[in-house]
Amino acid sequence: MDSMTDRKIRVLVAKPGLDGHDRGAKVIARALRDAGMEVIYTGLRQTPEMIAAAALQEDVDAVGVSILSGAHNTLCPRIVELLRGQGMDDCLVLLGGIVPKEDVSKLKAEGVAEIFLPGTSTEDIVKFLRENVKPRE
Amino acid sequence: MPETKETVSPAEAEVERWERETLAPTIKKNPETKKRFESVSLEEVNRLYTPANISDQDFAKDISFPGEFPYTRGIHPTGYRGKLWTMRQFAGFSTPEETNARFKYLLEQGQNGLSVAYDLPTLMGYDADSPLSEGEVGKCGVAVSSLSDMEVLFDGIPLDQVTVSQTINAPASVLLAMYLVVAEKQGADWQKISGTLQNDILKEYIAQKEWIYPIRPAMKLVIDTFEFCNQHVPRYNPVSVSGYHIREAGATAVQELAFTLRDGLEYVDWGVRAGLDPDRFVPRISFFFNAHNDFFEEVAKYRAARRIWAREMRKRFGSTNERTLKLRFHTQTAGVSLTVQQPLNNIVRVAIQALAGVLGGTQSLHTDAYDEALALPTDRAALIALRTQQIIAEETGVANTVDPLGGSYFVESLTKKLEDGALDYFRKIDSMGGMVEAIEKGFPQREIQDSAYQYQKAVERGDQVIVGVNKYEMDEESQIPTLVIDESVRDHQVKRLDQTRARRDAGSVGNALEKLKQAARNAENTMPATIEAVRAYATLGEICSALRDVYGVYEEPSF
Repeated sequence: MDSMTDRKIRVLVAKPGLDGHDRGAKVIARALRDAGMEVIYTGLRQTPEMIAAAALQEDVDAVGVSILSGAHNTLCPRIVELLRGQGMDDCLVLLGGIVPKEDVSKLKAEGVAEIFLPGTSTEDIVKFLRENVKPRE
Repeated sequence: MPETKETVSPAEAEVERWERETLAPTIKKNPETKKRFESVSLEEVNRLYTPANISDQDFAKDISFPGEFPYTRGIHPTGYRGKLWTMRQFAGFSTPEETNARFKYLLEQGQNGLSVAYDLPTLMGYDADSPLSEGEVGKCGVAVSSLSDMEVLFDGIPLDQVTVSQTINAPASVLLAMYLVVAEKQGADWQKISGTLQNDILKEYIAQKEWIYPIRPAMKLVIDTFEFCNQHVPRYNPVSVSGYHIREAGATAVQELAFTLRDGLEYVDWGVRAGLDPDRFVPRISFFFNAHNDFFEEVAKYRAARRIWAREMRKRFGSTNERTLKLRFHTQTAGVSLTVQQPLNNIVRVAIQALAGVLGGTQSLHTDAYDEALALPTDRAALIALRTQQIIAEETGVANTVDPLGGSYFVESLTKKLEDGALDYFRKIDSMGGMVEAIEKGFPQREIQDSAYQYQKAVERGDQVIVGVNKYEMDEESQIPTLVIDESVRDHQVKRLDQTRARRDAGSVGNALEKLKQAARNAENTMPATIEAVRAYATLGEICSALRDVYGVYEEPSF
């Protein structure tokens, strides 16, 4: 079976932390769906543990995290760690939101695959996922 | 004989002549650059507006004079000639000590009102030491967990002289109680103090999404504050019905107008059903609108808001008291329009948006700082934002005359179009049974999500230009300094919480919380018990958790 053509890319769009600004998360979820991906949206105020559990249950290729509150340095590394801890080594973690440039390289070193700053086109995110999601065996 | 031919007015005939004789040859030679010209709300804008576009409006009935029904041209007969708008910059970050220092700095610079931004744990009713607060303490606003923090926040700021606006919603009754107790400790008379509590829970479920309890008990808490203020703090505004967040979440101008005003009507409705006299509590309801990029659409929106409110209050509640009919509002420039790219451009965006608020007749204004797409503002950025207002007020001359855009064919026509659009939404929401029911069905939420998506698509197609983002981009390194909130803020706040808990009388805290639960269970007014709990130094988290025990928590269905 040819996994590349049959299996749709599966993405968990997640909103951790206390922040309720979900405009970005919902626009991204819809854009990815329109691009033919399977998208699961977690809803608001998910802990890193809840996000990792949902990622495993839904068997996703990527987790897109939206954070506007400044809590990314606390939340993102923990999500990466939990995913790796449950054997999801290839699952990409993407971050979108208000992230100071100083934090970008640090977050990448801690395993975040890409950080999308304000003004990013949804097409760039679709392209990134298509190019970077590892084909399944 | 019935007339079969549609009559063409002299104005329309003139427009047809102009189109034929002058426009057509020009367009043939120099076609326009776009097929469709549209506003930031993606609404089509005509080439030209003439008397033909406002022939359905009657000057006396629809436009009228400032200070007279339906207040299209403003609520004050003298506009800003008697009193300028209040320059009220929203501020709050880190510890109460740091925010107190920023407040004093802003007052020294000529600002005349304060506006508190609380951090996310406070907005959600969690203390700084809750595990859910990790990484968020002091980040998006100031951290306040108990009366001890509130005492520091307003230290040296006389609450009987400075009016304070508090952006707090789900736990608003608790923060109001803290504010009143601090005022009392300063020796200020509750009968004399003023200020504003955002306390607009409906827009939380619609847009901002910082809720705690299910909608109906949350509405009950709002009505409790109306009733309490009515009796004990008569000059206080217990709600600021907010379109700001609705717009930021992606709504169009007409959706902002419609959902905000319909929320306002819902509060009046609930207040009346609770036995309050509208002519006593409605004059204390204020509004809060966004100032987005589309200049004329925004000016028209504020004018339409006043007209709709006056007409609806008269129609639905039979009000004749002019203080009930007059819509007062605060304006904030659109945070969502600020760009990370080429951030100094934001100073220009803010100035133009602020000008729209002023020409729309706002009572108070917050101008965003240019660095707010990156972080909370630095002192320098916050100062430029304030200076922007002072330049508009004192250099440009726009405050010299009342409603200077009144009578513009375009602005009057747009005002009517926005009014009609909002009334269409009112009919839909009324047919669902009201705003609470519409929210429970997910109606406004879906409408806004859809608009947000359409706007994003328009940006990606290049139909909506964002300078520096999808046009005139540059390779640049962000070089502006930004404010960094240290992780040590949490330690500082947790330490004060520990001290507060150690110092207070645990017995009176327990009793006060039990009394509050009783009041909530018996559907009594919860304000007196909340004040008692605050006085005993019960924390915000403890008080909200007591109410959660009675009311439960809100779970958002997926829309």
